[in-house]
Amino acid sequence: MARSTRVTLAAAAGVVLLAGCAGPAPSTDDPLTGTVTVFAAASLTDTFDAVAAEFEAAHPHVDVTVNYGGSSGLAAQIVGGAPADVFAAANEATMQTVVDAGAAADPAIFARNTLVLVVPAGNPGEVTGLADLSRPELAVALCDPAVPCGSAALQLLDIAGVAAAADTLEQDVRGVLTRVELGEADAGLVYATDAAAAGPAVDVIAVPQAEEVVNRYPIAVLTGAPNPDAARAFVDAVLSSAGRRLLADAGFMAP
Amino acid sequence: MSRGARPSPLIIAVACIALAFLVLPLVALVIRAPWADLPRLLISEPVAQALGLSLLTGLISTAACLVLGIPLAVLLSYSSGAARRLLRAAITVPLVLPPVVGGIALLLLLGRRGIIGQALAEAGLGIPYTTGAVVVAQTFVAMPFLVFAVEGTLSAADRRTEAAAATLGANRWQVFRLVTVPLVAPGIAAGAVLCFTRALGEFGATITFAGSLPGVTRTLPIASYLALQSDPEAAIALALLLLVVSLAVLLGLRDRWLPGVRG
Repeated sequence: MARSTRVTLAAAAGVVLLAGCAGPAPSTDDPLTGTVTVFAAASLTDTFDAVAAEFEAAHPHVDVTVNYGGSSGLAAQIVGGAPADVFAAANEATMQTVVDAGAAADPAIFARNTLVLVVPAGNPGEVTGLADLSRPELAVALCDPAVPCGSAALQLLDIAGVAAAADTLEQDVRGVLTRVELGEADAGLVYATDAAAAGPAVDVIAVPQAEEVVNRYPIAVLTGAPNPDAARAFVDAVLSSAGRRLLADAGFMAP
Repeated sequence: MSRGARPSPLIIAVACIALAFLVLPLVALVIRAPWADLPRLLISEPVAQALGLSLLTGLISTAACLVLGIPLAVLLSYSSGAARRLLRAAITVPLVLPPVVGGIALLLLLGRRGIIGQALAEAGLGIPYTTGAVVVAQTFVAMPFLVFAVEGTLSAADRRTEAAAATLGANRWQVFRLVTVPLVAPGIAAGAVLCFTRALGEFGATITFAGSLPGVTRTLPIASYLALQSDPEAAIALALLLLVVSLAVLLGLRDRWLPGVRG
């Protein structure tokens, strides 16, 4: 419920922004048509809704469909032949598996993200830093190491020398965020952008070592794209200054 | 008339499509299974852990369903009118509910901020993230199968033997233990098998309520779904293992206790 509300708000914000800036009027003889299917990391959920809304306004004959999920699972679907046009992953290793399979070429980095420590509003577990994740009495939620946010969490804990006593290893970053939002976990590691999207439901505790573990987000047109022209235009929109602005609004760092 | 005794060609054709629809996905699973790597995948630590956890929690959940579900089935069989309709509806809801919704409901009652769960957590008896939470989730989704299987047998059985036992001096507990339970033994066995296979396959309520931690809450279906993210071959191997365990339970018990499944 909270998530769909956020998505709606983000989409609405995108539309309002557009109306406000009164950009170039959509050309009626726009050559791009059809549907662009974008597979995007779960952490891009709200942001890519806004990018898609702007893109559709600029290209009135194109529909954008975004499929969000754990990057690794999306990559497996693409390699398995899913009819997608664009892939945006939460780390380079995941994109590399798609490139190695010959399903994508020349990915471009469009954003960076870091991890933050989140706790339920009011911080019931009195968490002050990464070291608290080893306290056995706290309920700690992390991503599973099989997905990008989990491998980043593992690196970060390694750098900090903390042996975390995790109580659950979630499938994607939004799973961790939900447990913290509900108060079912006392602490969790999520991307800075997810913490920003959660708003007042969570308190953020800055982690000094987090800057050493940066996820770089690559995007690429897929070699089997059913609609390559529109796919290229969508990637360009993400990389454009307008796209950068939407990403920055969500808390992503510039590439 | 032999013509009336046989289904029409159209019925047979559609039935074949239905059968293919049910069987072909499982055939694909068997064909695409990484047979060469299978031994290595199946004896790996995460798989052994998930299998052990699934069998253990499945057995405990089935026992819990028996202990709690048989009396509920007896109560249901004695009820009538509006009370019976209400009771039936209450028992049916977990059966038709998407398991994830069941998991959310369990969190709201027994979670660390739940209506009862908060007091339990403060007393150091928090349920989420424990193997106990897996059992709670499985019991919640599986118990209706047992209740309806037992209640079905009860309503078909001749209940006058219970009255006869009572007139011969048996007290109510003796009637239940010595007459009612043996009377519905086939229903209990069928219900227990359904419970166990349902508990074994439980995913949504478990991952929502209990979480996902190897050796504690990560059962076979959860391990299989996660493996799909990174290692599809391992996911197929896990799925195959689940299929084999479920089939073994069905085939092993079919002739003994399951009149409905017998070929």
